[in-house]
Amino acid sequence: MTNKQLLSRIAQILVVLLGISFITFALVMLSPGDPVRQMIAGNEDIIVSQQEIDALRHELGLDKPFIFQYLDWLGRAVQGDFGFSYMVKKPVVEQLMESLPATVILALASTVFMLLVSIPAGIYSAVKHGSVFDYVVRGLTFIGVSVPNFWMGLMLLWIFGLKLRLLPIVGGRVSLETLILPALTLGIVMASKFTRQVRTAVLEELNQDYVVGARARGMSENHILWKEVLPNAMLPLITLLGLSFGNLLGGAAVVEIVFSWPGLGYLAVQSIIYRDFQLVQGIVLWIALMYMVINLIIDASYNHLDPRLRKAGR
Amino acid sequence: MLLEVKDLNISYGDKLTVSGVDLELNTGEIMSIVGESGSGKTTVIRAIMGCLPGRGHVSGGSIIFEGRDMLKNTPKEWRQLCGREMSMIFQDSGNMINPIRRIGEQFVNYIRTHAPEKTKAKAVEMAKDMLNKVRLPNPESIMQSYPFELSGGMRQRVGIAMAMVFRPKLLLADEPTSALDVTTQAQIIRQIVDIRNEFGVAVILVTHNLGVASYVSNKLVVMKNGRVVESGKREVISDPQDAYTKELLAAVPVVGEVKYYDR
Ligand SMILES: Nc1ncnc2c1ncn2[C@@H]1O[C@H](COP(=O)(O)OP(=O)(O)OP(=O)(O)O)[C@@H](O)[C@H]1O
Ligand SMILES: [Mg+2]
Repeated sequence: MTNKQLLSRIAQILVVLLGISFITFALVMLSPGDPVRQMIAGNEDIIVSQQEIDALRHELGLDKPFIFQYLDWLGRAVQGDFGFSYMVKKPVVEQLMESLPATVILALASTVFMLLVSIPAGIYSAVKHGSVFDYVVRGLTFIGVSVPNFWMGLMLLWIFGLKLRLLPIVGGRVSLETLILPALTLGIVMASKFTRQVRTAVLEELNQDYVVGARARGMSENHILWKEVLPNAMLPLITLLGLSFGNLLGGAAVVEIVFSWPGLGYLAVQSIIYRDFQLVQGIVLWIALMYMVINLIIDASYNHLDPRLRKAGR
Repeated sequence: MLLEVKDLNISYGDKLTVSGVDLELNTGEIMSIVGESGSGKTTVIRAIMGCLPGRGHVSGGSIIFEGRDMLKNTPKEWRQLCGREMSMIFQDSGNMINPIRRIGEQFVNYIRTHAPEKTKAKAVEMAKDMLNKVRLPNPESIMQSYPFELSGGMRQRVGIAMAMVFRPKLLLADEPTSALDVTTQAQIIRQIVDIRNEFGVAVILVTHNLGVASYVSNKLVVMKNGRVVESGKREVISDPQDAYTKELLAAVPVVGEVKYYDR
């Protein structure tokens, strides 16, 4: 990727972020309920005087026309100030930074688990396609991709937390004990999908002409698999891997809720329930940013790894 | 006799595709196999190399190469023979090597697979030498290139260079010029004849081009529907016995008053 391409990609990211921020802003405005009332009363049914509400509304600038509110927000955002979260009584950025490590840890743990399982299983399944091993792998991964995250999470909680009493069922903190189950939940579901993708990619490469050519030259099957087929098969897999990792960095909301894992996904759900729209806005932008940055990194590495693209880019 | 194929039957799964094929080839001879699409030409030469695709297998007859019964080969013995005692060039040799690795690396890997005692430097030298022999300009830069960076004709020469580096006794060429323009076709065919003259290799050439077949070959085999309908020396062309051969000849384009294969 040339510098020029890189710059235009970054510009693209900024434009998309701008668009997303505008849309989220508008959606929050349009949604029912009054954030000011919510701010004062929380989710409780206490009576608040109209003067009180109007005063706060004015103080927060929420009585101005929508477009001015958005521009106000944007003006502060470009200086790095993404507003204040009344739910946690902290600046939005500070809260994001606090929730981020938990999400990153969960993303890394589940991705490592996924890779450890699916790469060997997928490759072996492809090489021995049609074998008993292959059928078992395809059966299990089919179940894995059909099961929803939350159900898998609840099952694991039930087995390891309630029945076997090996792991705690109460989360809310970041530790090795509390990490295992959510990481396993995400990992199993993702590994099922990825194993199938690895298998397909390797099978497809095994059917390419260059494999016939290598066999006709008398190259060993080991050489063909490791030096020829896998490097080719990895190219499409890198994209898929990057996309799912990008997704995880935005927080795995369902699993984080099931296990009360204090990451971004958990925070996102809370902030929506509390109508803490500055925080919602911050989280949405973060998720979009992560997704696009990871995508950019993938494309850059893809360009680097595939000589056909590398040379075409010059 | 270098290669003797007798009453060869080949099936894909349960389906008998090629039957009763007899071939005889001596060192230094060029044999052309012609015939319509789907007549089983590729299937026959792939059986000789032991690399039938999918569920293909030899279901009868024998293949004797240098006095050795090829149907008794273990996979390991096949690997030692293929690329060393016999080798193959394809319609597009560029597709037959890895698209994301440099040609040089793959060439060197190949040489050192069959000759592990050779150092890397020695293998590089052998490869460049061979690229030179097939008249590729600037072997150094060819070694550094990826397949997609070369033209069809250059890729085909690379294919020939790789196929010939171990001086095999038998070269199998499956429509090696079908993907090329007419001038390049002629150059590649001439290259194959030169190689035969220099190394004394026996060649089986699968082609659709009767002109080429009659021009270069000592023997000609005509196939249809998985059977050999006619075979023999060049007289097959001048005096065809079989109706199908006559049909094939009638389909050759006429330039002026002369059939293309007469030139
Ligand atoms: N992998 C395969 N599995 C099953 N049948 C096959 C396979 N490859 C070829 N065949 C069948 O074998 C027959 C002969 O095919 P083959 O490729 O040998 O013909 P060919 O003479 O080389 O044709 P062409 O001139 O088009 O290359 C065809 O009927 C084809 O359908
Ligand atoms: Mg063919």
